[in-house]
Amino acid sequence: MIPEIGHFFVIVGLAFAIVLAVAPMVGIHKNNSALIALAKPAAIGQFIFFLISFLILVYSFTVNDFSVKYVAANSNTQLPMIYKVSATWGAHEGSLLLWALILAGWTFAVALFNGKLPEDMIARILAVLGVVSIGFTLFILITSNPFERLTNVPVEGRSLNPLLQDIGLAIHPPMLYMGYVGLAVAFAFAIAVLLKGEFQMAWARWAKIWTVVAWAFLTLGIALGSWWAYYELGWGGWWFWDPVENASLLPWIIATALIHTLSISASRGTFQSWTLLLAILAFALSLLGTFLVRSGVLTSVHAFTSDPARGVFILIFLVVIVGVSLLLYSARSHLVTKSKPFKLASKETILLSNNVILVAMMATVLLGTIYPLILDALGLAKLSVGAPYFNTVMLPLTVPLALLMGFGFASRWIEDKPQRLLQKLWLPAVAALLVAFIAPLLLLPEFSGLAVLGLLMSAWIAFSALHWLVQKNPHGQIKPSMQTAGSVLAHIGFAVTLTGITITSIYSIEKDVRLEPGQKYAINQYEFEFKGVVQKEKDNYLASQGTVIVYENGAELTRLYPEKRTYLSQTMPMTEAGIDAKLSRDLFVALGEKLNGDAWAVRLQYKPFVRWIWLGSILMAVGGVLALIRRKTAAPRAEATA
Amino acid sequence: MKKQSMPLIIFGALVIVLAIGLTLDPKDVPSPLIGKPASEFSLPELYTQEPFSPTQLKGEAWILNIWASWCVSCRQEHEVLVEFSEKYPTKIVGLNYKDTPEEAKAWLKQFGNPYQITVEDQQGRAGIDWGVYGVPETFVIDKKGIIRHKFTGPMTRKRVNDELKPLLAQIDKEPS
Repeated sequence: MIPEIGHFFVIVGLAFAIVLAVAPMVGIHKNNSALIALAKPAAIGQFIFFLISFLILVYSFTVNDFSVKYVAANSNTQLPMIYKVSATWGAHEGSLLLWALILAGWTFAVALFNGKLPEDMIARILAVLGVVSIGFTLFILITSNPFERLTNVPVEGRSLNPLLQDIGLAIHPPMLYMGYVGLAVAFAFAIAVLLKGEFQMAWARWAKIWTVVAWAFLTLGIALGSWWAYYELGWGGWWFWDPVENASLLPWIIATALIHTLSISASRGTFQSWTLLLAILAFALSLLGTFLVRSGVLTSVHAFTSDPARGVFILIFLVVIVGVSLLLYSARSHLVTKSKPFKLASKETILLSNNVILVAMMATVLLGTIYPLILDALGLAKLSVGAPYFNTVMLPLTVPLALLMGFGFASRWIEDKPQRLLQKLWLPAVAALLVAFIAPLLLLPEFSGLAVLGLLMSAWIAFSALHWLVQKNPHGQIKPSMQTAGSVLAHIGFAVTLTGITITSIYSIEKDVRLEPGQKYAINQYEFEFKGVVQKEKDNYLASQGTVIVYENGAELTRLYPEKRTYLSQTMPMTEAGIDAKLSRDLFVALGEKLNGDAWAVRLQYKPFVRWIWLGSILMAVGGVLALIRRKTAAPRAEATA
Repeated sequence: MKKQSMPLIIFGALVIVLAIGLTLDPKDVPSPLIGKPASEFSLPELYTQEPFSPTQLKGEAWILNIWASWCVSCRQEHEVLVEFSEKYPTKIVGLNYKDTPEEAKAWLKQFGNPYQITVEDQQGRAGIDWGVYGVPETFVIDKKGIIRHKFTGPMTRKRVNDELKPLLAQIDKEPS
């Protein structure tokens, strides 16, 4: 009975979504304020019913209700409680319910915190969110009902994919969905602006807050996914340019660009049309990512169950939502855009250039991701595009991006002089050059041009950002200090990630060796002694646990226990790496196959600065959110009507 | 044409590609094992318990079908295999994957046995060597012991007629 209530509440949620989508629009059209006012209660009702429905699914997992097909397929009695809960979103149907819940949550938040937006704008935004919600709810009800029952109730469930039995992966999807779905708010805002045919500067500030929060979640979600892949997949890689990873990176890149154009729209009242396009694009890419992941048109290490009916539904949904949005954009964007003059040397030019670079990055990643699909669709070839393509194309785009970023901080709106910029920025430039050439000589084992280039870019971004912070309140621009500080932190975070990527890509050492108990193998100053493997039995898996003693310069540093696990209800063996983590380097040991006798294939890795990749992501997210604090102090009212 | 319409046009082209993509099967991407020698194993035959290994079939083309009694799609493809085995002489070796001998035998008794040889892989060791990531999977091995094709998922009459038969005919013409 309880799962049926869950199912029924999804239908009730759909009813609320329909009211949300229709009532405000009709209200605006007929000038009926009672209808417009329905938006808020509808948003609240929708959220409550999705929440209860979701909790019912969680409940079905915790009480092992294997009469529910989705529970039987993804959980069993031996699964630890925390993974029973996280199994709720461990597969397709539950993920979608979480998606719908988070969308309802964002809608609820928009209904409550609508700031200074006029009532009709909020009503339109809520209505657009309602339309998106209808689409997703129908998707759940038609193709992916998590509450479907089994006629023959199994005694035991099949359990959650062991790869997902991990704390990192328990929180990775909700984070990512918060980001994906949060971009729906910016999207709804853009559509509302196009419908109204008016774009005030103050509104851009409102949209920016929501976009930054969604972007911060997306940043953390992507970083968590990368961190998880690093320690759980056993390869020691942190990014694979896998279609599913790319699907999360695409909206991130565009959301990053969007935050910056929203800044321009908010401070200068220009570039509105470009801002709206990016807002539509960011959410379109979230939907495209969902399509690519859920329809199974691309093969991926993530290997989600695919179902063509689902693919067809999402494609239709994508066509309706994005197609209508772009039609609207094509017809009406000229109404809201204002061009204001600016010189070639100006903050506008720099921000716009970086925007173009970000869009180019998105386009190259998108092309690489769907290229196999395009060739296949044209019947030309079947192939996959790998890391070499992506690394090759991203590098030349990152260099100008980083260079311009540094100039962007110090530059003035409307008109600036190159000489002035150079005069201002010589200090960060010299400091960056010094770091880039001296640090490798002192710290790194061998000289590499790419390492110098990567460090130069990172140091340039970090120093020019700090320089901007130190030069308080330059040329009379009013900037709340928290906004500047947060922004500086976020950009330094990017520099930190870039440093991590550079050094770990160039200086990592990876050895696959055959080791017998007692045998040692040395990498740099580290010596790894293999002590053999013992069998262990845990709640829901058997493990072959190896012991490796690590010596640094002859003294014992740590003991690592890499494992090879076989989960009882699954067949695939899982690798748990043993990792000794430090800010400056990771030592990574993974067990391979058992060889003859007591010997094992062991993968030893030395990964310098790999932590910086994730540390930088955290700084980006934190900085972005900090920059939103106390922004009320300085919003210049005079500009709002400009 | 207005420049504001460009995104719409690009999006339209993308949708066409995606729509075509939906009709295709990405799992058809060639397995890395294709063109490589068949992985060796030595496993007991289900009924006789005599060890079987792929080298015993060198010099003839054969089919390796990975199946299990617990696998639903194996039921779907089974009659196709039975039908094939009745009409064609090519040997089909069944690799019974992570199953119990009792259940495997009961299953073959109930649904018919298309396999000349059935081997037990209770631990799934051989399955890993063959890169199995879902049951059923079907491999075609040529006279030199090289893997020529891999079918992921259940065999269908269409796959047998359009892909399997032409391939076997081609292998037949090659020298052993």
